[in-house]
Amino acid sequence: MDYLLTDEQKMIKDLAHKIAEEKIRPVAAKYDISEEYPWEVLKVMGESDMFGLFIPEEYGGFANSTMNLCLATEEFSRACGGIAVCYAASALGTIPIVLFGTDEQKKKYLPDLAKGKKVAAFAVTEPEAGSDASGIKTVAKKEGNHYVLNGLKHFITNGGDAETYVVIAMTDKSKGARGATAFIVEKGTPGFTFGKKEDKFGIRASSTRELIFTDCKVPAENLLAKEGMGFIVTMRTFDMSRPGVAAQALGIAQGALELAVKYVHERVQFGKPISSFQGIQWMIADMATEVEAARGLVYSTARMLDAGVKDVSKESAMAKMYASDVAMRVSVDALQLFGGYGYMKDYPIEKYVRDAKITQIYEGTNQVQRGIIGLKVIKEMAK
Amino acid sequence: MNIIVCIKQVPETTEVRINPETNTLMREGVKAIINPFDMYAIEEALRLKERFGGKISVITMGPPQAEGALREAISMGADEGYLVCDRAFAGSDTWATSYTLAGAIKKLGSFDLIICGKQASDGDTAQVGPGISTHLNIPQVTYVKKVEEATDKTMRLERMLEEGYEIIETPLPALLTVVKEINEPRIPSLKGLMRAKSAKITTFTQKELDLDPQQIGLCGSPTQVVKIFTPAPRLGGQILKGEIPEIAKQLVDLIKGEVN
Repeated sequence: MDYLLTDEQKMIKDLAHKIAEEKIRPVAAKYDISEEYPWEVLKVMGESDMFGLFIPEEYGGFANSTMNLCLATEEFSRACGGIAVCYAASALGTIPIVLFGTDEQKKKYLPDLAKGKKVAAFAVTEPEAGSDASGIKTVAKKEGNHYVLNGLKHFITNGGDAETYVVIAMTDKSKGARGATAFIVEKGTPGFTFGKKEDKFGIRASSTRELIFTDCKVPAENLLAKEGMGFIVTMRTFDMSRPGVAAQALGIAQGALELAVKYVHERVQFGKPISSFQGIQWMIADMATEVEAARGLVYSTARMLDAGVKDVSKESAMAKMYASDVAMRVSVDALQLFGGYGYMKDYPIEKYVRDAKITQIYEGTNQVQRGIIGLKVIKEMAK
Repeated sequence: MNIIVCIKQVPETTEVRINPETNTLMREGVKAIINPFDMYAIEEALRLKERFGGKISVITMGPPQAEGALREAISMGADEGYLVCDRAFAGSDTWATSYTLAGAIKKLGSFDLIICGKQASDGDTAQVGPGISTHLNIPQVTYVKKVEEATDKTMRLERMLEEGYEIIETPLPALLTVVKEINEPRIPSLKGLMRAKSAKITTFTQKELDLDPQQIGLCGSPTQVVKIFTPAPRLGGQILKGEIPEIAKQLVDLIKGEVN
């Protein structure tokens, strides 16, 4: 399907495709096994201006656009969902600074993030605050020119490898959701340490760690937005970043579909390539149609965001929920088409199933997304 | 350091088809790319520019669409692109090509270094680089795999040989041809791609270069391609069996038979 991309968008997509094929695909299996952080790939992405896609030009970026971010994330994810998430998670940690940072904060942090010299991370999740972000227990207490942070964040993507963190902590527990505040915390700040690195089912090239804050003194100028705006920062950031996760899921689905189509051409049974059997063709037809439908949702949502449409939480949730469900179905069917070989780690397809699964879980489980969509639709219809 | 990189646009395939009537390459329907060995030349020029500053000019001789190769080099970080393009240059062999490129380089003015890929992936001759240095009367170092030391006056280079390498020091200006061991070419940046889109490409025709008409194009090309063919596969050898004196005798007889 032709999405009528602009010349600039085509250029971004083509360049991301080149990086994916030349620099990501050849090392995807290596990082999946070793679980090392793929710095060599992130360096190439940085030098190619890919981290600038979500940062305004005046701060060293290329062009601040959700569509650009989606195009790049989709292409990277076709080759490796794990390496792509290191990139997308840096976007997630950068977006709150782009949206809410003061000019000084932007000047201090964005240029290095735009060049990929540093990566970012966004820290909301805690052991008892997953889908229910109001369960956050990390506290920030103001003392003179500092805030003192205490608490634990976990499952933080890029945790330990990122230099720049946006952390949500409670400044006033009595106010509930309105008592949360966002802070920029730099790696190396005394009292800020990392816990264990998680051993994951998929996206194993990315790092996931605990962040531990023990009387960690953060300068007051690192406060993002205002005290009490932490949840607004979080929600606005997720609205912007959800299409990115949707694009990651879309890329995984597309990548699995491509591998499956190539395989059914090559695999001969009963004297013919199995692509000549109708049962196989129908599976391919369903997979391809679902991928295209997901792409339509993702791109439309990204374009709404870029056009400045204010409330996109329903569309954002639809894109993320649908694309990730498609990624799961399509990767499982792709593995099925590989037959017994697909179950073996010597073939690349089982990794797509493992990488796809997380997209149904993080940045709001698909059950939470359905909750957002359902409520919104009922409200809209009641008007 | 002002560097000139000579590149060639080639078909993106290792299975180049030959027109059986004209014995020339059939380019139709095949995507054109920068000759892979020239990518290493561009990358090495970029690395030298990062160390010493200066300017990188990329030059190619070819049909109008070879402009795409120059733009790609600019997207990687080269400064200027020059297309040597004229019907009068058509049919050039390596002699005429190197003469013409040398003429274009003289037109560009002063330079410190010329870098070429060791050979083109379509013609595989490895003659144009050395040809240019001969026409310009500057030193050449071929098959360079490492720049050991460089100043604005001299360079110390590792030159690849079939077994091992030799170290050569040359004054500048000089011409190098490089092998793939020298570096890993970079991926272009978005900013580079944007710049390349609007960069001005200067075209040199025979009118601007004013070269000796007897030395350009088909008429300036002494090479005649009589026939291009795939050599017949080597047949399996013959294994002699038996006691050593007996084998020796058989072998002598066989050699004698071959000689006669």
